[in-house]
Amino acid sequence: MKFTKLLTGAALALGLATGAYADGHAKTKIGFVYVGPVGDGGWTYEHNKGRLAVEAEFGDKVETVFVENVAEGPDSERVMTQMALDGADLIFTTSFGYMDPTINVAAKFPDVKFEHATGYKRADNVSTYSARFYEGRAIQGHIAGSMTKSNIIGYIGSYPIPEVIRGINSAFIHARKVNPDVEFKIVWAYTWFDPAKEADAAKVLIEQGADVVLQHTDSTAPQAAAQEAGNVITFGQASDMGQYAPFPRVSSIIDDWAPYYIARTKAVMDGTWTSTDTWDGIGPGMVGIGEISDAVPADVKAEALALKAALADGSYHAFTGPLNKQDGTQFLADGETADDGTLAGMNFYVEGIVGDIPQ
Amino acid sequence: MDLSSINPILFVAGFLVAATPLIFAALGELVVEKSGTLNLGVEGMMIIGAICGFATAVETGSPLLGFVAAAAGGAGLSLLFAFLTQVTLANQVASGLALTLFGLGMSSLLGQSYVGVKPPRMGDINFGPLADIPVIGPILFTHDIILYLGFVLVAATWAVLKFTRAGLILRAVGESHDAAHALGYKVVRIRTLAIMFGGACAGIGGAYISLIRVPQWTEGMTAGVGWIALALVVFASWKPWRLLLGAYLFGGITQLQLNLQGAGVAIPVEYLAMSPYVITIVVLVILSRDKSAAPACLGRTFHASS
Repeated sequence: MKFTKLLTGAALALGLATGAYADGHAKTKIGFVYVGPVGDGGWTYEHNKGRLAVEAEFGDKVETVFVENVAEGPDSERVMTQMALDGADLIFTTSFGYMDPTINVAAKFPDVKFEHATGYKRADNVSTYSARFYEGRAIQGHIAGSMTKSNIIGYIGSYPIPEVIRGINSAFIHARKVNPDVEFKIVWAYTWFDPAKEADAAKVLIEQGADVVLQHTDSTAPQAAAQEAGNVITFGQASDMGQYAPFPRVSSIIDDWAPYYIARTKAVMDGTWTSTDTWDGIGPGMVGIGEISDAVPADVKAEALALKAALADGSYHAFTGPLNKQDGTQFLADGETADDGTLAGMNFYVEGIVGDIPQ
Repeated sequence: MDLSSINPILFVAGFLVAATPLIFAALGELVVEKSGTLNLGVEGMMIIGAICGFATAVETGSPLLGFVAAAAGGAGLSLLFAFLTQVTLANQVASGLALTLFGLGMSSLLGQSYVGVKPPRMGDINFGPLADIPVIGPILFTHDIILYLGFVLVAATWAVLKFTRAGLILRAVGESHDAAHALGYKVVRIRTLAIMFGGACAGIGGAYISLIRVPQWTEGMTAGVGWIALALVVFASWKPWRLLLGAYLFGGITQLQLNLQGAGVAIPVEYLAMSPYVITIVVLVILSRDKSAAPACLGRTFHASS
């Protein structure tokens, strides 16, 4: 892996260098750093779709480059530095673990704009952007809670970070709302993308009685495991994963980055780019809900769509009190909704979830 | 914590599947080491097998053909190792490590267009009423043919090494290549055949991951199984049956860790991840009192002139 990365890095550097000299930097150059392969069918696949949308929108005026399978940590810092040295004007770093590397590299290249996905650290030339995936999780929770027969819902977590914990809480709250007996079994895979491990985790959850498997990892391996088990439902994560529809995949959360990527590229071209913090949900379209398949009963589907509409127009917030934290202390009073600060740093389970968040 | 939610039957059935790639890879390496060669390229041959098997299965629609191609791919790559170590007399450790790096890079190149593709499924063998026997049925009689082939191969390897003339010659080459040479055995040829057998086994092990266990292709998807297989051979002190036991132990640990998490027992993942290696180190220490376990010529270069 290291070796191939080195090779791609070298090839990229060569390609970029020659390109930059050839056209005298007339084009706006946009770099993308991906945590998985573009063919993962999930998270990175959608970011790459956003990149292609930018190319389609601006044609010859932009040049995009990307590096896939970049490990979070020092490796990513090298990749970003290389991109900046090669004349990128705007660099999207698309995983939580790129946060500190992005800030470090951005400090060295004040003229290059950076956009970091799902993080919370900003600088004059670093924006952050994320999607309110938890709104989609609320809909998943609702469908899962309504459809489970064993009342056990399995959840494959990646890393115990606020983004993932928020999703677990949101799904749990809404599953409990329609089914007070529902229980969550949570397995941490400690990876964003490792099909073997994700498949094993899904199988274990299914063996332990889960008939719904929710995943916060990027590959389609859990879908394949559910399909093999036969009577387990799943949801597409980050991308539609429609190849597993209509069953086991009954719906999905789709990240639609294209409008944002196009808008930010435009801002760089026009010189109007400023450091911002974007956090959009179903309403603005950054979070899409994949088609709810016919495997879902009609009434549940109608309720799910109503929930989606309420989340979209802002009349309902996925974290609305009364809610308690896992230890029984009050989280939100009746009718109160969680503010973005609390959501961004969420590091606790809500009441009813069994188990501890690994430290 | 609720341990009752772990279903012991499914747990055991699960780790039989998890152990199968290990059994193949380690068994192949066992034969290679018995012939006196140390091939550290197991990981590389596995991943090449994984992609060759996957690509063939997707193109032809037949998982079985995929496994055949995986064996051919693994054996093909191992020929490179055989050429380096047996013909050009290169250092075995360095050649093996190079083989792993080469295999990883080569496989991602070959796999470019297979990312996100769904392979054809390999059906389980239908044992009829046998599968309905309580407890034993679901554990033993609900698997695919490759898993059973793993069992058979362990038994066959054991029998061949212990009872046949071919096994005796192989062991003789591994124990003292000079003596075997003096008796007129073709040391290089025998070792090359053993290396190819090892490559084929590793290839099948890799394809088991990409075609049955996951089933999907991704770069680097063998994720260190080849290294565990190497440790396993030492752990088993070069004995096939002990190797089978070790594979279940090592494969079971991964399953156990996920099961425990699902049941709400918080064990730091890192401890369980390193436990196979810790166990191997402990076994190595114990073994070091008994020098007879390892083939005497393991890792030594042979040339007929010496």
